[in-house]
Amino acid sequence: MSNDGVDNSRRRFLTAATSVVGTVGTVGLVIPFAASMNPSAKARAAGAPVEVDISKLEPGGMLTVEWRGKPVWVVRRTAENMADLKKNIDYLTDANSDASKQPEYAKNYHRSRADHADIIVMEGICTHLGCSPKYRPELVATDFDANWRGGYFCPCHGSKFDLAGRVYSGVPAPSNLIIPPHQYLSATVILVGKDEGAA
Amino acid sequence: MDKLVALFEWVDARFPLGKMWREHLSEYYAPKNFNFWYFFGSLALLVFVLQIVTGIVLTMYYKPDAELAFFSVEHIMRDVEWGWFIRYMHSTGASAFFLVVYLHMFRGMMYGSYKKPRELLWIFGVLIHVALMAEAFFGYLLPWGQMSFWGAQVIVNLFAAVPFGIGEPLSEWIRGDFVISDATLNRFFAFHVIALPFVLAALVVLHILALHEVGSNNPDGIEIKKNKDKNGIPLDGIPFHPYYTVKDIVGVVVFFIFFFAVVFFAPEMGGYFIEHPNFEQADPLKTPDHIAPVWYFTPFYAMLRAVPPMLGSQFPGVMVMGAAIIVLFFLPWIDRSPVKSIRYRGIHFKIALGIFVVSFVVLGWLGVQPSTPVKTLMAQIFTALYFLYFVALWFMPSFEKTKPVPERVTS
Repeated sequence: MSNDGVDNSRRRFLTAATSVVGTVGTVGLVIPFAASMNPSAKARAAGAPVEVDISKLEPGGMLTVEWRGKPVWVVRRTAENMADLKKNIDYLTDANSDASKQPEYAKNYHRSRADHADIIVMEGICTHLGCSPKYRPELVATDFDANWRGGYFCPCHGSKFDLAGRVYSGVPAPSNLIIPPHQYLSATVILVGKDEGAA
Repeated sequence: MDKLVALFEWVDARFPLGKMWREHLSEYYAPKNFNFWYFFGSLALLVFVLQIVTGIVLTMYYKPDAELAFFSVEHIMRDVEWGWFIRYMHSTGASAFFLVVYLHMFRGMMYGSYKKPRELLWIFGVLIHVALMAEAFFGYLLPWGQMSFWGAQVIVNLFAAVPFGIGEPLSEWIRGDFVISDATLNRFFAFHVIALPFVLAALVVLHILALHEVGSNNPDGIEIKKNKDKNGIPLDGIPFHPYYTVKDIVGVVVFFIFFFAVVFFAPEMGGYFIEHPNFEQADPLKTPDHIAPVWYFTPFYAMLRAVPPMLGSQFPGVMVMGAAIIVLFFLPWIDRSPVKSIRYRGIHFKIALGIFVVSFVVLGWLGVQPSTPVKTLMAQIFTALYFLYFVALWFMPSFEKTKPVPERVTS
């Protein structure tokens, strides 16, 4: 490249202008490519609410339904379970659910609606890295905990939750299991995923 | 024969065929004292080619669809002629790839092959390792078994641990959905089959070009280019072809004996190469009783589990796991000793490297075990030892007694 009689300031201007326009063009092109990987309209729309019939759910029993591709548990706790929940306070990381996700009406010690306190609806996905914990309601020594207080145990990384989905302290999971929005359509039918209207 | 020579000359006038042959094979002078540890570079290349060839055939029958994927793999195993053979070569090849790459990296650490002037060569190598981990991770989802699904669930959720509100949208962007789903499977297929193989191939070319620019290191850690004859040929060098091409063929034969023994007699390798829950189709509602990654990820997985959550976030564990890889990029500058090879380094280096290897292996074992308080404590200790190696390397020149390095390679 010959540098004779070069107008350097013009060359610099042209180089800078070309670079700026090129960069803007590149960024403009990257956006659609990156955005194409976001959840599609179909995936976003797939979160339709699910109805659960709990008429056959015994005390101590658990139902699993699929909502937004995730397991959602519906558990009818026994009177004994409910009494035990109050005794767990000292063993929990987030006893008041301040750092956890739940609708306002489930921010209480039983983490369920006041009118159906014994029935809990929660996402069966560990808040650590997303495995689905196991239902271990019995208060007996287990292979993972000699002083097991009952609840859920995640086989992946050993997180433990009580029967209100509250995380026990000293495990990898940072917060309580998520309570999805839900409402009672009747005494025996729950709508998971929507909580407008009836409280 | 004359016609063949004429054809070669015709091509050579239009393409640097002869020049490339000489530069990279017949006149690429490698140190004459290569030993056992120098097989693994060429073996890694061999496995890479094997994975691409078997992968192309698998792609002909595999269906990247959450409804069909699991059964298309069964179809390959049962109905496609020799399908089981090609798939087992591919699944065994994944483990073999990591095995030879880990041995290749260990060789580099043992003989100081990352030191000046080979820093960039080492960095390209670590990049290959990172790309290979991504390639293996994307590939593991494709059979759509229980372990595929839950393994991907855990790893993608690692990204959700990134704080400042970035994590959640980031993990949704990776999955293309709010959970691992058909969208995730389809894009992982795209990454596994198109994107990362291209990245890997490019990195392999860069790795080899960088190697041939600076020349190979050797078990003595001596620069053979310092002693050249009057023609400018290193006195301790021999042409790569035919000497090392022939030597490497022996390595290939021995490697294939072990490789095909696994392919034919233990393709699942007791659940380490193909994990048992993966014979069950992915079920988003049920996690297998015990999940663990494939063996080549377990050292890093054990580090992840070793770190307790802090301030309500598991991000510190993710950072430690990431740091275990990132630190390798800086190895050329962390190791400040002027002596390259373990042969002329002091006892401190030998002990430190020994502890490092033991830590890596023990962490690998811990990563497949269910977590218990004792094992978590062990994982914490060995994670600390893993990182302590790099701290020790930095301070070693101040107290290490090295031996004099000879002028010429020893036989």
